[in-house]
Parts: sequence; structure tokens; C-alpha cells
Amino acid sequence: MPNLNQPRNVIPGFGLTMGFSLFYLGLVFLIPVAGLLIFTTTMSWADFWSAISHPQVVASYKLSFGASLIGALINLFFGMLVAWVLVRYRFPGKRIVDALVDLPFALPTAVAGIALVTLYASTGWVGQHLDVFGIRVAYTQLGVVVALTYIGLPFVVRTVQPVLEDLEAEFEEVSASLGASRFTTVRRVILPALLPAALTGFALAFARALGEYGSVVFISGNLPYRTEITPLLIVTKIEQFDYQGAAAIGTVMLLAAFLLLLLINGLQWWASRRH
Amino acid sequence: MEKTTPTNIWKKSKLTAAIILGGAILASTMTFSATVQAQSESLQILNVSYDPTRELYREYNDWFSNYWQEQTGETVTIRQSHGGAGSQARAVLDGLEADVVTLALAYDIDQFHERSDLIPADWQSRLPNNSSPYTSTIVLLVRDGNPKNIQDWDDLVRNDVEVITPNPKTSGGARWNYLAAWGYALDKFDGDEQKVFEFVRDIYKNVPVLDSGARGATNTFVQRGIGDVLLAWENEAFLATEQLGQGEFEIVVPSVSILAEPPVTVIDKNVDAHGTREVSTAYLEQLYSDEAQRLAGKHYYRPSNETIAAEFADQFPEVERFTVDEVFEGWTNAQETHFNDGGRFDDILEQVGNPTN
Repeated sequence: MPNLNQPRNVIPGFGLTMGFSLFYLGLVFLIPVAGLLIFTTTMSWADFWSAISHPQVVASYKLSFGASLIGALINLFFGMLVAWVLVRYRFPGKRIVDALVDLPFALPTAVAGIALVTLYASTGWVGQHLDVFGIRVAYTQLGVVVALTYIGLPFVVRTVQPVLEDLEAEFEEVSASLGASRFTTVRRVILPALLPAALTGFALAFARALGEYGSVVFISGNLPYRTEITPLLIVTKIEQFDYQGAAAIGTVMLLAAFLLLLLINGLQWWASRRH
Repeated sequence: MEKTTPTNIWKKSKLTAAIILGGAILASTMTFSATVQAQSESLQILNVSYDPTRELYREYNDWFSNYWQEQTGETVTIRQSHGGAGSQARAVLDGLEADVVTLALAYDIDQFHERSDLIPADWQSRLPNNSSPYTSTIVLLVRDGNPKNIQDWDDLVRNDVEVITPNPKTSGGARWNYLAAWGYALDKFDGDEQKVFEFVRDIYKNVPVLDSGARGATNTFVQRGIGDVLLAWENEAFLATEQLGQGEFEIVVPSVSILAEPPVTVIDKNVDAHGTREVSTAYLEQLYSDEAQRLAGKHYYRPSNETIAAEFADQFPEVERFTVDEVFEGWTNAQETHFNDGGRFDDILEQVGNPTN
């Protein structure tokens, strides 16, 4: 930590800021998480295992992790595209489009869910046309993917955008003047520079999608074994007064998400080192 | 300037954290005592209720405030909270300071005694008619003209019919729906448990969306246009035909249904802490008064007072209704057999939902 040895820091009072950071993190984050884990430890191992391995619960993990992954991958690709368009081109209404990207952050997720289901129900504006081809979105697993893609949109755009702004167009010219094809320039010059930021965005979008509840419950249909996401299952358990079962599944989600994020962070570190 | 070493950073940050923590605790106790004081100055009670009673209690609360003012000269403010019956009960159990609860079924209220000491075991015998000032039943709501020709429970297992009902795990109304279907089938198959199970399972095979509460299911059916038939509280079905979409829906009364008794009680521990026992008790007792009984009828609940019920005879069709006590030996038993983890409803979910079966 180079900061420690610097005699003068722009913000004085390292002790104060560090103390407050620790206190703040402890209060808003560590205590609730520790509470969850401690509550889970009151269960016997057999109870814990049967709570987290019931086929209905396993089916919900598959849907939650699968749909979140697909949603985040879609956002990785299209988010980079949107960021590129917003940084590299000038067009009328660009600022408005730029502001629109943040909308999924601000809109209450329930509103998003209701809007999506109104559009994609087989009587809705979009849904009725898809219905002709036999594609059903609302109340299917596809609907879950649509909702999770929607709420994850801003992450990749907002992480890639500043990096792209710093990446001078001259690099591309240099690359071209050294004889590289367009494809090689993208592959060898642009992508490696964007990769760490894109991975961060991907990780954020994925993590956000895992925890999402409000928008999904409206569009998924909530059928156990088929369209029931893990957060909904946790809520259902709590409403049946099964606090322990809910905490057990919550712990699994917590650990799985933590491991996955650790893995993505590792990838990111590796990508930035290689660059 | 002193060079900062990791050890004294740790000391300093601990000290700072301790000061801030102390300040936060002090601040929160001060706000807390402020709220307690504010509460004792004006008479205020909180009624925690389930989803479809909004309209009824909005009107009854106005009536009761006037009544209480006339009787005692005191002003009482009634605050209302609505939501799915299961989550409302859990909120009270977790510390929402309700003075009275008016919930969808007795099992949820039983939990206040089973899992806590909020009320005594004999709560349901404290007011007439099992503490249910009004009753209801489960009916079938279909689209105008009844295009799928749905007449009775038997039609719900047909392959071409989509049924909308909420999740019995979270919704009180959904548990009444389920038990109504089960009770009908018990009679139809002469108590053959396996056939009854298959009948109810086949109804859930036709369910495309499982909402968490009764209002959610009504919205799915009415606003989204999903499904051919909605299993609904009678009052909720009336609301749909009279207010949400006039002329768009029809009520089909099945040959037999269940007597739904949504019970009420004061929460003893809370009213004693708030000093609101007298007004809370009166609030519930007055639900049995002629005026309140008429309000219940107006909002499509069946009044328990027979004279008042007769005034609404045109509104409510005759239907043979069995009770949970007769057919399922009480709510605790029904809950354990059917809705708890590993119960019959879980078996249904597994057979309907698990693609491997």
C-alpha cells in the first residue's frame, strides 16, 4: 500500500477515514451477512443438506444461474456495442440515448416487470407477433432471461465507456499503418484494452441478475420446477415461516455468487496483466 | 508529522469506530423514545389485514371512528396494512405492532400462539361464529359468455382449460381454493384418496402462472387476459364483474364449495403494551353490528347475521358449503397434510412440474 508511506495525503486523517470505512462496511454489509451465516449454523448438517438439495431447489438454481449467465453474456456483447456507438460516433439525440442507458437502474424493478409482461404476454404488443411463430416469452424461462437482460444493461456500457474514451483513435491508425487488418486491430489492439473493464461489467451484470426478484416474479409465472427463480423460493420459504430453509438456500446463493465473482475477478486480473 | 504505522492505524480506527458506534446507539435510542411518546398521546390502532379487504375496511374504519367519537368522545385513528395473508402474518410475528388482525384463515393466526406468545390459545372462541364476522366462499370466474362452458369443478381438469389460482404456500385464498377442490373430489370419489389426489393434481396441471397472492392472480386473469377460469374469493369475483371489467366476466357457482371463514382477533401483547385493548376490542365487536354487517354485504362478503344476510339474498346465490373442520379436521391438520413441506401439495408440484416424471 503506497499510501501508507506518503508523508502528505490530499485527504488528511487516515485513521478517521479507515475507521469509518470499516465501521460502515461492518454495519451495512458484514453484520447482515454474518447474521445469515450464523443463523444457518443453527441447523444440523442433515437438515441443511435436505433444504438445499431438494429437486425443486436444485431446479431453481439451474434457472437462476443459467438465466443470469445468458443475460450477462447478451449484455457483454451488446453493452460493448452500445458503448462503442456512444463513444465513437456523433449523432443527433446522443445525449438522450446516453441518459436512457441508466434507466434500468432508476426504474423500480416491479414497474419494469409489469411493463415487460404487458409487452410480452401473448396479448401484448410484442407478444402477439411472437405468438404467431410459436414463441412464448411471458411465463416461460425465456421471460426470465428477458427480464434479467433488461436490468443488467447499464453495467457493461458504463464500465466500458470510460476506458473506450481514453483509448485514442490514434492507436487504431498506428495499427493500420503497421499493416494490420481491421479484424486484427480489433482483436489485438481494442479488445485487450477493453477486456478488464468488460469483465467487470459482466461480473456486475451477472451478480445483479442473480439477486434480482422484483421484475422477474411478474414475467416468470413462478411455476415450481420450471420458472421459479431461487430468490422467489427463498421468499416463499419465509412466508411459510421456514426461516432456516430460507437461510440455508440464501447461504448457498451467497457462497456460489462469491466464488463466481472471485473467479471473474481472477480472470480480470489475468487479462489486465497480460495487457 | 508522525509516520503512520499499521498498529496505530488499527488503534485509531478502533477508537473512531467506537465513538461513531456509541453516537449511533445514542441517536437511535433518542428517536425511539420520541416515537413511543408520540404514540401514547393520540389513540391509534393498526389493523393488519389480507389482500382483498381494502375496500371493506376503508369504509368500516370511517364508520367506526365516528361511532367511537359518539360513544366516548375520543378520536381514534385506524391505520391499515394489506398484503398476502401469509406475509402479513409473518410481519406481525416478526414484530409489526398490530393491535388487531383480520386475516384470511385461522391457521395463520394460530401461529401467533404457536410460535410466539402474542395471543392465548383460545383466541377463536372470544368472538361469535369462530371469530368470523363475515364469511365467503370460493367461486369460478370465467370470461363473458363462458366460451369454454365451465360449469363445475369437473371442467377444471379438461385438457383445453387453463386455470388461474395463486400459490397455496403463500396465499390464504389459494389454500381455500385447493381445499374446496379437494373437498369436492372427496365427495365425488367417495373418499378414494388416490383418485382425489389425481383430480386435484390434474387441476394444477392446467395452471400456467402461480402468483403469490389472490390480488396478483386476479390481475393475471383480468388485466393480462391469461387463463379461462379464475378460482377466486366470492368477493374478489364480484369486484371483477362489478368494477374491474363490467360485462367482461361471469361468475359460475360450483355445485359445492367451501365455507371460508376469515377470522379476526386482537393481539393481546400489543394492545396491552399500547393501552388500546378497549378500543381494539370494540373495533372487532362492532364488526358484528347491523351497520357493519351491511357494509360487509355491500363489499360482497356474506354477513354472519342472518337477518342482514337475508337482505342480501339476491346478491349471493345458494351454494352448499362444507367447512374445514368437517372435511379436514381443522386448519392445523389441513396445513400439515397438504401445505407444509413434504405435504400433498409438494407431491402435486413434483408430479406436475418435474420434467423427469
